[in-house]
Amino acid sequence: MAEIKESFFSAEGLEKRLAGKKFWKTMMTEYWIPKDINFLWAMGVVLATTFAILIISGIFLLMYYKPDTALAFDSVNYTIMQDVAYGWLFRHMHGVAASVVFLIIYIHMFTGIYYGSYKKGREMIWLSGMLLFVTFSAEGFSGYMLPWGQMSYWAAAVITNLFAGGSLEAWGLVEWIRGGFAVNDATLTRFFMLHVFLLPLVIIKLIVVHFYTLRIPHVNNQSSEDIDYDAEAEKYLAGNKKESKVIPFWPVFLSKDFAVLGIFLIFYFYLVFFNYNFAMDPVNFDPANPMKTPAHIYPEWYFLWSYETLRGPFFDMFGLKAGDIGLMIFGFAQAAFLIVPFIDRDPDILPAHKRPRFFIWFWIMIIDLLVLTVYGKLPPTGANAWVGFYATAVFLLLFASMPFVTKADAKARGAL
Amino acid sequence: MSDKTNRRDFLGMSFAAVAAVGGAASLVGMKQAWDPLPSVLAAGFTTIDLAKIDLVPGKPQTFTWRGKPIFVLEKTADMEKFDGDLVIGDKRYTVSIGLCTHLGCIPAWKKDKWKCACHGGEFNSNGQQVFGPPPKPLNIPPFSVKGTVLTLGEEGEQSKAMMTARA
Amino acid sequence: MREIKILAIVVFFTGLLYWGVEPFAHSKLHPHVPAPDYTFSDVDGLNGLTGDATKGAEAVASNCTACHSITAVGFPPVMDDATSAASYGVVPPDLSSAGKIYNADYLAAFIKDPAKAAKTAHKFEDGASHPMPAYNWMQPQEIADIVAYLQSIAPKEMTNKEVFADACQRCHSIKYGDFYGGSMAAKTPDANIKSYMGVIPPDLSQMIRSRSEGFLHEFINDPQKHLHGTAMPRVGLTQDAEDQVVGYLTEAGDSKKAEREALRGPFLAYLVIFAIFAWLWKTKIWRQVH
Repeated sequence: MAEIKESFFSAEGLEKRLAGKKFWKTMMTEYWIPKDINFLWAMGVVLATTFAILIISGIFLLMYYKPDTALAFDSVNYTIMQDVAYGWLFRHMHGVAASVVFLIIYIHMFTGIYYGSYKKGREMIWLSGMLLFVTFSAEGFSGYMLPWGQMSYWAAAVITNLFAGGSLEAWGLVEWIRGGFAVNDATLTRFFMLHVFLLPLVIIKLIVVHFYTLRIPHVNNQSSEDIDYDAEAEKYLAGNKKESKVIPFWPVFLSKDFAVLGIFLIFYFYLVFFNYNFAMDPVNFDPANPMKTPAHIYPEWYFLWSYETLRGPFFDMFGLKAGDIGLMIFGFAQAAFLIVPFIDRDPDILPAHKRPRFFIWFWIMIIDLLVLTVYGKLPPTGANAWVGFYATAVFLLLFASMPFVTKADAKARGAL
Repeated sequence: MSDKTNRRDFLGMSFAAVAAVGGAASLVGMKQAWDPLPSVLAAGFTTIDLAKIDLVPGKPQTFTWRGKPIFVLEKTADMEKFDGDLVIGDKRYTVSIGLCTHLGCIPAWKKDKWKCACHGGEFNSNGQQVFGPPPKPLNIPPFSVKGTVLTLGEEGEQSKAMMTARA
Repeated sequence: MREIKILAIVVFFTGLLYWGVEPFAHSKLHPHVPAPDYTFSDVDGLNGLTGDATKGAEAVASNCTACHSITAVGFPPVMDDATSAASYGVVPPDLSSAGKIYNADYLAAFIKDPAKAAKTAHKFEDGASHPMPAYNWMQPQEIADIVAYLQSIAPKEMTNKEVFADACQRCHSIKYGDFYGGSMAAKTPDANIKSYMGVIPPDLSQMIRSRSEGFLHEFINDPQKHLHGTAMPRVGLTQDAEDQVVGYLTEAGDSKKAEREALRGPFLAYLVIFAIFAWLWKTKIWRQVH
């Protein structure tokens, strides 16, 4: 080994063993971020904070929650909510954070789409991010089952039932997933395992990958300018902070993150204390009853848009049953955004306001997803069914048209 | 020289193959750990004695089999005679799994048919879908009949024939 | 300036999303019903008559105490809950507090025709009858006397829990009211109430969280409005008594409400201070780079 003569108990000795100063420079004071950014760039740190809130509040819930169909509901709604000191606060924080994290994920994701932050070397950041979205979705779904209320049970029953669709039924896939014929105690405990252990581990590993894939291509900026990081870093270190186009992660970038975080926490805790029903649906305060279907079953708001694509096709087409078409579109919808870097055929990285046709495409996508979300909550009867049908069709068309739209912009600009 | 290379490759590849076999075997074992427990599978039989359950014609009762609701309806004189009925003596019964074939909600009996609150699907007293999104009639659980006793969970002649008649 | 524009766009779409998923969707899923009517204007009640409590005492002793206990004036229950449930289908209520918690016109109408006043007539077709007979053969004045008597013996003050016990607990358990002791089970045993009502009435422990206060008032005042065809009777609670019932539902189901409301102001005030400091620090740091 490389023998270190300095004592373990000295500053130099510790520095030689751990290279703390070098680590601090690489990760913080000389990790360069573009200066031309807006508050949307803070969403990553807001997400990390929300995830930390979920883990910490989750740890406290874990002390008292009982993963047993006979005990779960009361362990949450009596013991945690009414007996444990500040148990209600941890539960409210956990439920509201689980919902708000998806709002921030969507803002973060669409910021990336708007500024082209998935292109030309940043594909891995995008892919690891989309995998995080999928894993967070599974985490949210498994977590929602745990209080064992009416919505917990019936959402689990309806979604696991999807795996009985068509030819999948013969494989006994639904019974295998559930660990029984119907959603039962074995289903609850295995989703508890997923929610508390396996999926958080996967998420943490994906976050590490996400951060790693970010370093080499560097963070994007508002004008999507290609910056010479070495040159700009030199300017900054030479003392020319105002002229440099970059800022160090610590303290400059993080100081803006903290300021945005301050505002975010006011918004988040306002919801925790005053307005939490959107995240803790009242229907879930009825204990699970396998013999009584609630009048309205719907997933949490962040799943509504893809849930609506499942219900969108409500009549048979092209020789396929409506249910099967819906299932295929629903499957596609989960992974759809993964392919965005590869169907964008514009070779330049530019913000959407510099890509006129893509700009329109982007805002149609936002509005379409909003329509799908709202109609995903409403009963699919009458006119609602038709709105869902057309909104689903628009969703598919948006993906199909992206290569052409992006190519057209590039051609008009003279880049292709 | 080439001898040594081949032997090293061969040994390396064989080692990788052995490791892969071990890994695959572990995965099979892990898959099986997710299977429904034997006790759950064994509890899959339920008996119903039609003579002893005080069925009122036109008012179906709900039983549980494998966690699913089972609708048992004794038909009234006005309800149509149907090929798919379970006939025992002079009584005609409709036996169905009480899960809407659209997305699995439990329909409620409203006077003369089953209505599903989730998306408005309707099933008549034969269990056939007559309105709304359900694509198929109510499913029939596998069952066998001895006298007036139904055993749900084992397939008998009648349950197979009934499903065909309903379609 | 541009950042404010971006923030405005994000806030706009978030607000639109929230509106669509919450208030808008809820208005579609839960259609509006008429407001509660605490005067029970639809019943054939006292019709303006005032009663004589002394005469009412005799009438009650001769007509009511065969089935109803009135512990306030020395008529204890003649059977235990299990036996009376087996005999009548449901445990009949003690009448000590009836004069306080139930509306007077409603009481008169109920005595005249229980199933009609309670809106449960649809349960008693095909030969079945309400366990309490109808007293429509009695003179209206005698009924008014009975109501006056019941009002005279009723307590002036009752705790929320007492109102709940008298008005609801015969059929509804609320186990969170005494989670470890188990004393808040329904008074009528499960088997009896199931055959009497058709289903076991739900435990009310979390009803204050699963239904809004507005819904609860609309529902208790007339269950048929929200659940047409339900077996739950309209019990005729006065507005005050109903507020007390909802108060008890909150005590049992949302007992940390006061703590939550006390904490939220200081907590958010702290966060505002935190945010101000964060912004000040950010401004100081960024002044160097702009």
